[in-house]
Amino acid sequence: MRSASKKKATQKRAKQAKRTRDSYAHGEVFADLLRVDGNAAGGLFGELFAMDITAARAKCAGCGAAELVGALLVYAHGMGMVARCPHCQGVVMRMARTPTHVWLDAQGAESIAVAVTS
Amino acid sequence: MTAPTQTRITWRVATVLEVIPETSRTRTVLLDVPDWPGHRAGQHVDVRLTAEDGYQTERSYSIASPPQDKQLALTVERLEEGEVSPYLTEELRPGDQLEIRGPIGGYFVWDIAVGGPLLLVGGGSGIVPLMAMIRHRDLALSKGDAVARHQIPARLLYSSRRWDDIIYREALAQLTARDNTLEVIHTLTREQPDGWKGFSRRIDRMMLAEVAWPATEKPRIFVCGPTPLVESAAATLVELGHQPALVKTERFGPTGGTA
Repeated sequence: MRSASKKKATQKRAKQAKRTRDSYAHGEVFADLLRVDGNAAGGLFGELFAMDITAARAKCAGCGAAELVGALLVYAHGMGMVARCPHCQGVVMRMARTPTHVWLDAQGAESIAVAVTS
Repeated sequence: MTAPTQTRITWRVATVLEVIPETSRTRTVLLDVPDWPGHRAGQHVDVRLTAEDGYQTERSYSIASPPQDKQLALTVERLEEGEVSPYLTEELRPGDQLEIRGPIGGYFVWDIAVGGPLLLVGGGSGIVPLMAMIRHRDLALSKGDAVARHQIPARLLYSSRRWDDIIYREALAQLTARDNTLEVIHTLTREQPDGWKGFSRRIDRMMLAEVAWPATEKPRIFVCGPTPLVESAAATLVELGHQPALVKTERFGPTGGTA
């Protein structure tokens, strides 16, 4: 009796785990489809920066790779925009727009270097 | 590294001059934009629509016209569930006004100073920024001699579903007819016309190996289209030995009408 209910519980847990895995996998695939380039976020960045920063280089605080902002992986289908490092997938920058503010979280960028026009 | 545009990106009001059908699902919108600061081939603009109740929404569209043109051309594909593209492709009339912001993007850009060979890989409406590059190259080299053209040869590998879905089909045929340093290679993934001798599958490793210049030639590569196509083509090109820094990508997300 006890072992039967234990077995049932184990089965239930396994089922739940599979469901979680499946929905996670589905979400992953869906997010993969929606991924665009940092280039696409140039307009949104332009609301904060005085220039187009897609040709600026952002250094990932996670792995140290310095990549052009235009080449970051951007997910912009949610409430805001998340730009991830193409090398380690770490979050480099996040931006969100509310009716009164534009928010920038750049903790994932160790530095952002903009070339000066000569 | 390309210097960023030093002017702030602001919203401007553009006036529609003409709406030109390209395929059953795509239209080119020709715009007059006062004080347009100029753009580079490969850049895009954001288009903002405002509803009567004040609700606003924006989408990015690639610029189809070369920097040399006075008027700005956007080619827009109608997405069935789209919020903006059905309006732009079906409702828009000459004289209508649109809010646009741009040009945007200092990454996915090419001009003749960047050099070649130029390898363009596109799927569906991903052709649009690539067409701006082809047109820019054509106009910039039209005054030059044959040597200038041979120094920057260009190849476009373009994936469409069907013959009738090929955007700029006639324009591309005209360009290749008078320029033997421009090659256009089509692949039709869903349906092929009778007697079709071209590729009839999705872009794959064998196709890229056949079409692309060897990595030792250091072609400048631009890949644009739906995200899965772009990521698979770009990864394959790197596997074939091309330097990742020379393979630039522009992902369009999960757009519907592609190969």
